[in-house]
Amino acid sequence: MNAILTPRVRAGRLRRIRKDFFGSPASALMTLASAAVILALAWRVIDWAVLNATFSASGTQAICAERSGACWSVIAVRWRVILFGIYPYEEQWRSALACAVVVAVIILSCLPRSWGFGRLSLIWGVGALVFYVLMRGGVLGLVRVNEQKWGGLPLTLFIFVATGVIGMPLAIGLALLRRSELPVVARVTGWIIDTIRSLPLLAILFTCAIVLPFVLPGFVTGEKLYRVVFGAALFFAAYQAEIIRGGFQGIPKGQEEAAKALGLPYRHRMTRIVLPQAFRLALPATINQFVIAFMETSLVVVVGFVELLAAGNTAYRTGEWKFAYIEVYAFVAAIYFVFVFGLSRYGAYLEVRMNAGRGKD
Amino acid sequence: MTVSSLWRNKRARGLVLQAAYVAILAALIIGAVLAARRNLAAQGLTSGFDFLWKNTGWEMNFSLMPTHPTDPYWWFLLMGLLNTLFMGVIGLTGASVIGLAVGLMRSGSNPAARLLGTIYIELFRNLPLILQLFFWYALANALPNPRQAIPIGGSLVSSRGIYLPGLTVSQGALALAVVLLLAGAGVAVWIATARRFRRIEPARRRGLILLPLGIAVAGGALALNASHDPALPWVTWPALAGLRIDGGIRIQPEFYCLAIAITTYGGAYVGEIVRGGFKAVGRGQTEAACALGLSPWQVFSRVRMPLAFRAMLPILINQYVWLIKATTLGIAVGFSDFFMVIASSITHSGQTLEFIAILMGGFLAINFTLAALLNRLNRAIALKGHQATGVQ
Repeated sequence: MNAILTPRVRAGRLRRIRKDFFGSPASALMTLASAAVILALAWRVIDWAVLNATFSASGTQAICAERSGACWSVIAVRWRVILFGIYPYEEQWRSALACAVVVAVIILSCLPRSWGFGRLSLIWGVGALVFYVLMRGGVLGLVRVNEQKWGGLPLTLFIFVATGVIGMPLAIGLALLRRSELPVVARVTGWIIDTIRSLPLLAILFTCAIVLPFVLPGFVTGEKLYRVVFGAALFFAAYQAEIIRGGFQGIPKGQEEAAKALGLPYRHRMTRIVLPQAFRLALPATINQFVIAFMETSLVVVVGFVELLAAGNTAYRTGEWKFAYIEVYAFVAAIYFVFVFGLSRYGAYLEVRMNAGRGKD
Repeated sequence: MTVSSLWRNKRARGLVLQAAYVAILAALIIGAVLAARRNLAAQGLTSGFDFLWKNTGWEMNFSLMPTHPTDPYWWFLLMGLLNTLFMGVIGLTGASVIGLAVGLMRSGSNPAARLLGTIYIELFRNLPLILQLFFWYALANALPNPRQAIPIGGSLVSSRGIYLPGLTVSQGALALAVVLLLAGAGVAVWIATARRFRRIEPARRRGLILLPLGIAVAGGALALNASHDPALPWVTWPALAGLRIDGGIRIQPEFYCLAIAITTYGGAYVGEIVRGGFKAVGRGQTEAACALGLSPWQVFSRVRMPLAFRAMLPILINQYVWLIKATTLGIAVGFSDFFMVIASSITHSGQTLEFIAILMGGFLAINFTLAALLNRLNRAIALKGHQATGVQ
């Protein structure tokens, strides 16, 4: 029976493909044009990055130019500068381990099993602590490395994690204040959130990093890195508060009224009834916000930090690798892409999963 | 009444809490400002806005109208604001065009086009904007120097910038023409959307809409003609003169790299919004339009596009505000936008607090104006009594 059915199915599929790709003259033209662009791009990329590329660590500009492709030698020689910046060379294993911890924290908090205020706070809190001890040292026999020497991927991840760890509680606080029953509190919090949201992050980072020390007394300003992280967290919190507010609006009014009728105090109404549902509704947007926060860590280049992107810049701008900027940027871009694409795919998957229970359309 | 009974009174407690909240915030802000003023005074700086009329003493590397180190600060700030708006208009327009194209490719039925759209969006949306900006800037700097500039249809492309054929009119006249055109377009949009013109019959209303546009075009042409020297030809072509290029209009790498980065990155985001907008149009709408015998183009232009536009506009507003803020990245490559002018002013003059206030005021004004305009548009086109939002 299979033997009889198979050809028919194939013919149907073939017809469908023909209808999809060449349904009308315009569609056929579109197909040909798109296919030509995709194939040409793919060929150029493969030709440049693989077929004609130089991979050996001993490559120089002359050797690479002869082969006319990518010069991956720059990565082979400079990868430690790009990944770890100016962190002391012998201690760079600590940087690598710290990155692994952050990746583990991100993966752990993506598992549905760990969704809960307690567990998530524990994972991120412990992760941040381990990261901090590894990077800064000074205890457990680790050599002390000052924040000014941090660089590369660990610095990017530190800013990201710290933004999340500080920003998320701040966001919950702002969101709760904004929906407060006290009109003045709600209004003023709304102004604060709107003001922060309408400022560019770069301006906030600049103010925190460069302006604050001139303005405020020394004991409040602290290390530049922490000021910048605080600025990033504040910005993140303002956006995230609005996302949580969107989640609040999606909860039927009866939920909170029922909790009130049962006599639950405010604290329990929020932590047991309102916030869990709001977070569930706001989950896709929240992950999107984390993705954006990850990409925006690169803005600290402007205020003089050597995070991943700036480390990439120094790797090719100094010495004999001036010509190899495309290779370095491709390498840095690949690292960003892995994190950002992975997170955003995960967000899309969650969205599908959460909508699975609802009817279509 | 004892304190505890006062605390149990809901109204009294609310009042106390609100007063405390506002008081704490006010104390924080006032404390910070006072401490800052004391610190700045210790450095010998007087507060106040008198410095706005002082000379800057440094140069802007990009401005639409002439600037000079002897110009006062307020002029530099104005030019920076103009640069930001200029970049914003270019970025928003470009991002919208690319976004519409990519979004349509992604929501069409052709799989090859869909794949191309997906590649574009995933590539440009998942990399930090500043990384893309650095990449374009490195690419622009690696172009051949002016002596080996690449000629493309009368233009010259070199590491010093792109040299386009230019009109022989004064910069001021050109700026005046552009401002006139923008103002005319603004008035036209106002007439087209404002409620008070709703009752005028369509034919007369169309005339009313075209009138300010016509006046603007005529005024712009007059201004350009007045500043044009009749002895010179209308167009100058860029040409190599010694080590540099003369004639034409130079577009600086800082400028076009930022424009390319914002346009391509914003285009990817707008593309996703466009796709979401088309997805939000119910299948029944399209099917009903087909059943009524509308042609595919009519189904698209009269049914799907208007409905999709209504669904995506609220999200687009946020994206546009975000893109305007992204112009501040110009500081990374040295494009003198509003933020960069402020940053340089702070380092040169030390009037920190005043400039931070100006910075906040400027961006609040830009973003609230943009949001208010687009929200007005949103309300004007919303279907009365019908919910065509992206969520349902």
